[in-house]
Formats: sequence, structure tokens, C-alpha cells
Amino acid sequence: MELIKIVILALIVNNVVLAQFLGICPFLGVSNKVQTSLGMGAAVIFVMALANLVTYLIQFYVLNPLNIQFMQTITFILVIAFLVQVVEIILKKSAPSLYQALGIYLPLITTNCAVLGIAILAVQKDYNLITSVIYSSATAAGFTLALVLMAGIREQLELTGIPKGMKGFPISLITAGLLSLAFMGFANLV
Amino acid sequence: MSNMKYFTSGLIKNNPSFVLVLGTCPALAVTTAAMNGVGMGMASTFVLVCSNLLVALLKNVIPDKVRIAAFIVVIATFVTIVDLVMKAYTPDLYKTLGIFIPLIVVNCIILGRAEAFAQKNKVHHAVLDGLGMGLGFTLALTIMGGIREILGNGSIFDIRLMSQEAKTILIFILPPGAFLTYGYLIAIMNRIKSRYNI
Repeated sequence: MELIKIVILALIVNNVVLAQFLGICPFLGVSNKVQTSLGMGAAVIFVMALANLVTYLIQFYVLNPLNIQFMQTITFILVIAFLVQVVEIILKKSAPSLYQALGIYLPLITTNCAVLGIAILAVQKDYNLITSVIYSSATAAGFTLALVLMAGIREQLELTGIPKGMKGFPISLITAGLLSLAFMGFANLV
Repeated sequence: MSNMKYFTSGLIKNNPSFVLVLGTCPALAVTTAAMNGVGMGMASTFVLVCSNLLVALLKNVIPDKVRIAAFIVVIATFVTIVDLVMKAYTPDLYKTLGIFIPLIVVNCIILGRAEAFAQKNKVHHAVLDGLGMGLGFTLALTIMGGIREILGNGSIFDIRLMSQEAKTILIFILPPGAFLTYGYLIAIMNRIKSRYNI
């Protein structure tokens, strides 16, 4: 029951993009087409679950016993950058079709602040290993949800007349604002 | 005098938030009040100046192939310093900014300036560039924080402008308000730029 609650909270109520403002750059950058945003979403779910698994182990079996928690930021970002590289190499060899589909989105994930943010948040929230991985997967799924919704809206927006100054980022941000407003309706769901 | 252009470029012409649209996450997340904007901006400025300085100093030492990893280690070091200093001296601000202090590491402005400017330019130019970009970011965050605080809370820098009972537009200090304010500010900036040919 507790797990279901965490999933719903991470997926909808505290949506990582629309309520916590993590991962805005890819959210605005790659949400042009539904197809590409699905690819990006899949890559993020994969890397985020893996990154949380590894950072959890590092936090509780390396940083805490040695009492060097202040090294958290440096270790986590290096681990994430390293993981992204490893995943890229493995996928290239073992699943070339998936690698082709994810394409340039894999290396971009290193600078997705949602990955580092959720890894740190999971440690701060004192989750255990399984909860931590489920929490990060649900959060990444929430990211994908927001990305796909946004891409659907933007595909329609391209067909409408928008004032010159509002084109590009401003209209995307205002659309995101309205989406975020809609998501606030879920506030008392759990 | 010619050095000044490195400093002023980041303030308005190439403002990282309103023109380059980098570092959007902290710009949206922490600007519920003007003071938070100043705090976040200052923390980022410190990291930006120090990392630009170090990257410019080490530009001949860092091998080209591992430069991104090296930049990230440099940035993460300074972020850790800021994190510990803020925890010790400004605990309230530290609590409000929360997760976004360690996340300065992945702020694309900082890595972007190291990659695009500091590693190719002279040390003092890199420092001036970092300072200009950082202050431009601080300016943008403070403006956003100010607007949201006035509309959503009826105060600025914790000074009340309206009576306690006055109804404010609460939505502006909630997440949707961040997106709306930011969107309209970029639109205004676009308009000013096209009007005055900056």
C-alpha cells in the first residue's frame, strides 16, 4: 500500500517536471514530437532506475561508513556520467536497434538534473533499496508523461498562429504553466 | 575598457536566463521570493567565477578527450564548498533552496561557459565573463522572484506592500506561476530586443 502511494505521488501529484521543476531543459528541448519524447522518456526511465540503484549502494556502503557524506555531490555526478557512458556502450553492442532509437538522447541525460536530483532526494527521504528504485522509476515515468503530453500539445500549437514575440520558449513555458495548473488538481489524490 | 565587454555581455545582451534560456530549473524552482533569487544567483555566481578561473588556468593541462569530465569535477568541487558554507552560515536560505544547491552542478550555464568560453580565453577575460553571466543570472532570478513575491504574497524582500488581509494571486508562488512569469518575461525580452535591435 505504501509503495502504491509512493508511485502515485511521484507519478502525478508531485510530478517531477510540473511540480518539482527538475529536468526542465530536456522537457523544453525535446518535446517537439510525440515519437522523440517517448524515446527520451524510455532512456530516462532506464538510466534513472539504474542510477538510483547504484547511488543508493554507494551512499550506504561507501559514503556513510567512511563518514564522507560531503562528497555526495561529486561522487553522484561522476557515477551518473559514468553510468550513462556504460549504458551507451552496452546498448551499442548488445541492442543496436534500441541504441539507434535512443540515439543522441542517451548522452544528454548526464545533464538532466532530474537524475541527480532524484538520487539525492531518495537518500534524503531515507528510502530502502527497493522503495528507492521504485520511487525513481515512477518519477521517470512521470517525466515521460509530462514530456509526451507537452509534445502532443506542441504538435497542435505549430498549426496555430502565435504572436511573433511569443514563439519558441515563451509559448512553451506558458503551455507548461497551464499543464502544471491542471496537474494541481490532483493535489489531494492521495 | 575593451575588457568590459566580456563583463557586460552576460548582463543583458546575452542574459543566461532571458536570452540564452539556460539554467531553467533553478530559475523556475527557487524564485518564490526575491531574496531566494538573490541567494541562488549569488551561489551560482561564485561557482561560475571560480570554475571559469580554474578552467582557464588549467586549459593547457586538461587533455581534450576528458575535458567534460574534468570540468564537472572542478564545478562539483566548488558546489560542495558553497553547499557547506551556506549550510553553516545561512541555514534558513539553505533550507529554502534545498536540493537546488547541489544541483548547481548540472546547471548548464556553468558547464556551458567552461566549454564555450573559459577553455579558449585568457584568465582575466574568463573571470569577467563568469562574473557578468553570474550577475545576469542573479538579476533575472531577482526580477522573477520579485514579480512572483509581489503578486503572490503582496511583499518584496519580506517588506509588506499590502495589508495582511489583502487578497493576493496565490497561484504566482505555486508552480504554475513560475512557468507563466518566466514565459511572459522572455516574451517581453524578445519584444525589447526586436524593437531596439540589441
